[in-house]
Amino acid sequence: MTHILETRQLNKRFGGLHVTGNVDFALDAGEMHCLIGPNGAGKSTFFRLILGEHLPDSGQILFQDQDITRAKPFQRIRQGISVKFQVPGIFKELSVRQNLVIALQHHVDPRLLAEEIDRLLEFLNLSHAQAQLAGNLSHGQKQWLEIGMAIGLKPRLLLLDEPTAGMTPDETHATGEMLKQLNAEGMTLLAVEHDMAFVRQIAQRVTVLHLGKVFAQGSIDQITADPRVAKIYLGEVDA
Amino acid sequence: MDNASPLRRTLALIQGPQTLGRGRRFWAGFAVVLALACAYPMFADSYDVGNNVYFFNWLFMALGLSLIWGYGGSLSFGQTAFFGVAAYCYGVLTINLGDAYGLTLFSLVLAVACSALFAAVLGYFMFYGRINGVFLGIVSLSVTLVLERFMAQTAGPEWAIGAARLNGFNGMGGMPSLTIPWPGGPIVLYPDLPLYYLTLALLVVIYLGLRILVNSRFGNVLVAIRENPLRAEMLGYDIRRYQLMAFVIGSALAGLSGVLYTSWGNYITPASMGMTAAALPIVWVAVGGRGDLTTTLVGTLLVLIVFQMLTIHGSQYALVVMGALLVVTVLVAPRGIVMALVEGAMRLTRRKEAR
Repeated sequence: MTHILETRQLNKRFGGLHVTGNVDFALDAGEMHCLIGPNGAGKSTFFRLILGEHLPDSGQILFQDQDITRAKPFQRIRQGISVKFQVPGIFKELSVRQNLVIALQHHVDPRLLAEEIDRLLEFLNLSHAQAQLAGNLSHGQKQWLEIGMAIGLKPRLLLLDEPTAGMTPDETHATGEMLKQLNAEGMTLLAVEHDMAFVRQIAQRVTVLHLGKVFAQGSIDQITADPRVAKIYLGEVDA
Repeated sequence: MDNASPLRRTLALIQGPQTLGRGRRFWAGFAVVLALACAYPMFADSYDVGNNVYFFNWLFMALGLSLIWGYGGSLSFGQTAFFGVAAYCYGVLTINLGDAYGLTLFSLVLAVACSALFAAVLGYFMFYGRINGVFLGIVSLSVTLVLERFMAQTAGPEWAIGAARLNGFNGMGGMPSLTIPWPGGPIVLYPDLPLYYLTLALLVVIYLGLRILVNSRFGNVLVAIRENPLRAEMLGYDIRRYQLMAFVIGSALAGLSGVLYTSWGNYITPASMGMTAAALPIVWVAVGGRGDLTTTLVGTLLVLIVFQMLTIHGSQYALVVMGALLVVTVLVAPRGIVMALVEGAMRLTRRKEAR
């Protein structure tokens, strides 16, 4: 299988702190992959490096075999990466529909835009709320709206930073099913997630980051069975 | 709408989610106001009409600031820098070129282009240097204050460009007014009826043009950047380029104000780029409601008229009132007083309709 995303010896330091150390990581096209690890493991920094919010001190990032290590964030997005942030990154003072217009107008033919947005609103279960200000949505709806904006770009690779943070169990489950459907349609997903039940629901493969390094990698069963992982991370979590 | 021609699709953007006012009722009101503005000279002394063009002159700068700050979320405290650059450019050009052959109109275009170019250079360093928030205000204010200081020390005879003496603190005068070449003899736009109608026409065209701009895809991205710049960038938009473009357009409008003001009064002084001058546009736009072009327009006009009336009774006192007005706005109606009134009225009608 071909790699859609690959990092080679990726290093990032903040002052004396080594946040990621020589991270070698490869993501297969079409897989659903979860990134876990205790607080401070470097997960968020790793995401920011992929997105270009931070530039690495050394190492290389390849996306679809192209070197994007120095590309600007918006250029990476245009190449087919999209992201959903942990805290819902939506345009609060604008209507739900307008939020999606802004996400889609860039690459959708203006004559098809309205139709495409209707379809997306239905998929997100937000048709009834399209005229509301996005800031007035419930937390779960805000998360969905942002997922909608992120997938509206039709990305090859979707990064999700704790997509279910703050959601009710029902919402979490529904989100998992939504992501599975997207994956079935061919989208590659990489999620940072703490909720192990959710990881079990969606992940085909799991990578454990610890102290800025890849600590373990495998299926969820292999990871939960690994005593070293349990020691650093899963000890206090039922999984 | 789906199969409409590009022109019709563009014109349809004249109303949309980023502007208040749509539908028959709004445009009927707009037509009435425009008709009243056109009819006003028939009921007033032409001397007063010419004087009152003064109010229109500032509206372009206010609309430009609404675009940069209200829509784009970047508070520029130094729009007077572009006002001044264009004003002095117009003075220097017209004093040297004269007013024949439509050269004043050529000077107008060139002067506005100079202010736009200056904004492009300054804006490039600010936006691509990732200066934002309060620091953008500080840098832009510093620029206008430096220009004021610089122009204030140009009193000596060595400070002349061709025939144009810069004249330091006393200001530069004697430049010709805008002059339109005409077969029966050129039309000189003194503060009188023709200037009134020309400025009014410019104002209508730019107001409507900006409405189209802010409801276009460009405007969508601009408000997205105001709401959440990181999210906008992570939707694939080069946000700095959009911020820069809005800054250049808004600053060119400040330049247009500068040229119109200089042509109207045949005079420009460094004080027009000073602290007080720089602060006033912020007050106009904030009091009206910076987030919308129409509330900015109405608010600016009202504040200018009140300011003028107060100034007649003593200028210090008028400035204190302006400061108080800004504080009250921030505390009571942070989105602008005219905006708050409009929103209140809309809520009332909705409640009535619901009943």
